[in-house]
Amino acid sequence: MIAFDQLQVEDVSRHFGRRRAVSHVTFTALRQSIVGLLGPNGAGKSTMLAMLATLLRPTTGVIRYGEGTERQHGAALRGSIGVLGHDLFLYPELTARENLEFFAGLYSVRDVGATVTGALTRAGLTERANDPVSTFSRGMRQRLALERALIHQPALLLLDEPFTGLDDASGSALLARLRALRDSGAIIVLATHDLDLAGDLLDRAIFLRDGRMVDAAERPEALRTLYRTIMEQPGSTKPTGGVG
Amino acid sequence: MFARIVWLVLRKDFTVEVRSLEIVTTALFFAVSCVLIFAFALVQEGRAPEGGAAGILWIAIAFAGTLALGRTFERERQSETLRALLLAPAARPAIYVGKLLGIVALLLGAELILVPLVALLFQAPLLSRPLWLAIILVLGTLGFAAVGTLFAAMLVRARSRDVLLPVLLYPITVPVIIAGVRATAALLQPEVDMAIISFWLALLTCFDVVFVTLALWTFEPLMTD
Amino acid sequence: MPKWFTPAAIVCGLMFAVAPLLIAQAPYESTMGLVQKIFYVHLPSAWVFLLSAIICGVASVRYLFGGNPRHDRLAWAAAELVVLFGAITLVTGPLWARKAWGVWWQWDVRLTSSLMGWMVAVAYMLLRKYGGPGSDKLAAGLALFGMANVPFIYISVNYWRTIHPTTNVVPTLPTSFGLPLWFSAVTFMVMYVLLLRLRVRLEEQRSRLDALYLSADN
Repeated sequence: MIAFDQLQVEDVSRHFGRRRAVSHVTFTALRQSIVGLLGPNGAGKSTMLAMLATLLRPTTGVIRYGEGTERQHGAALRGSIGVLGHDLFLYPELTARENLEFFAGLYSVRDVGATVTGALTRAGLTERANDPVSTFSRGMRQRLALERALIHQPALLLLDEPFTGLDDASGSALLARLRALRDSGAIIVLATHDLDLAGDLLDRAIFLRDGRMVDAAERPEALRTLYRTIMEQPGSTKPTGGVG
Repeated sequence: MFARIVWLVLRKDFTVEVRSLEIVTTALFFAVSCVLIFAFALVQEGRAPEGGAAGILWIAIAFAGTLALGRTFERERQSETLRALLLAPAARPAIYVGKLLGIVALLLGAELILVPLVALLFQAPLLSRPLWLAIILVLGTLGFAAVGTLFAAMLVRARSRDVLLPVLLYPITVPVIIAGVRATAALLQPEVDMAIISFWLALLTCFDVVFVTLALWTFEPLMTD
Repeated sequence: MPKWFTPAAIVCGLMFAVAPLLIAQAPYESTMGLVQKIFYVHLPSAWVFLLSAIICGVASVRYLFGGNPRHDRLAWAAAELVVLFGAITLVTGPLWARKAWGVWWQWDVRLTSSLMGWMVAVAYMLLRKYGGPGSDKLAAGLALFGMANVPFIYISVNYWRTIHPTTNVVPTLPTSFGLPLWFSAVTFMVMYVLLLRLRVRLEEQRSRLDALYLSADN
């Protein structure tokens, strides 16, 4: 487990042949903050998250976790990162408990039994702990997937569209959970389309379009209006407000 | 640490497979169908061709093995769990070994059914020297699976992965097939020439050592983008 | 194009023009007659086939562990030429063998190893063509495994059977055989280098084009 105080993305780009997925993005995320990556489909949010998760290497630019890059930290860095992906990363044939136990073991969590029980309680899945995940609803899977991502108490939490398919209650519960995690010292970066829910949540918002960072805002208010204004500007590349 | 991760992955694969039994049943049925097709194609006047049994056995193993490999990694592609495995701080070669042992176990299980079946259909005394046959099967299956697991894993995010797996795998595993078939055929002779069998076993062992080592060495660079 | 390319191409063209004359006036081999002259195409092709396979293997390993795209371009070009010269070898061989020894094909060491090496190269090309993004690294891995496989194929087929004229054919030939052979060999080598350079250049242009596209509106 490696502890770090901030995440620095420095002029990062990622290309796939001729396709620019992410282009010259720079931002910093501090401890106890939630940063949102906002933008239309294909803006590069998922690619950016994949790079932060060390699944992809940037073609140019550097990502610093605290003092060092991924290469400098080595494999141990992955033990400090938790990812809630679009695809949830759960084995449908295994039960909720088995999924959590497997990943807890993989991340060398100390007291697997107690940790898993605690996680199941927080996810509200204690009664369904021994049912296969394939029998769960979307909301239940999402809650379980979040606990899976947090099972090793990561310093950095990355979420890709976490509010998709959640009903009102689950969405609010997730908001509360993220706020609690932020307050306890995590760095959270999330990509989302859900501007209403994200509005109250974000400490910083990064707006992406066509892989480029078109704007950034601190503690954005009236997020939906702000988003529309920014996205409607033709091909803007300079920040118009807030600090990047 | 390494061994713990291997055990975790192996146990997880075993649990998942036991719940659904999908790969075991389909791969086994496919292998049996293969053997039957060969029987219909090759048996003349109620008798199989000379030394046909050894060849047919190994072909069935190769085909069933390819199917099992493809399906195992297709499963990891759903819900992107292979990504989740790569995200863990666990040493990546340990994940490879865990998957490898799972595939080997599955194939050996299938062979338990295939060997008597081939022996029966082709009147070949495959079960007359079970210990030696077992050694040949284990070493050969390990070699085939070592290359197969690596290739199947690296093809997970490639296009046309279903057809590319056999295209890549078969040329590289030719020595395994040659050694396996020749050793098994030698075992079926009335007079067993141990020198021949020892040679093939030595070759298989070398192949296994070299290719498992290569796979461990290249798993990380091949799986990272 | 580098400065040496055009002069080399001219030289190569001249050599190809001269080579048939040398081959024609080389003495007939006693038992095989005219057909044996295919040997002057077959053997140099086989050498180029082997050389290209080695280049592909080494470049692939360097790419896999170093990540420099230059090595990848070289590996890809070399693999394509393995397929080309391998095909020439595998066609001229049986043509010669049929007339000389009466059989189209024998499952002996050299033939089988060559065929398997060629198959791996074809698999490499299929992977690059149909594998989608990321297939550059995968192909490098395949090339590495293919290279490691060679001794095993050789030993296993060797132990299994053997009939093929040994390479001693070359040193024991009288010089009237020797000169046309070495001349052909050099000609093929020059042609190989030219083709390799052209093919690598195609990939270089492609990646330069990609880079231009990417930098277009930055």
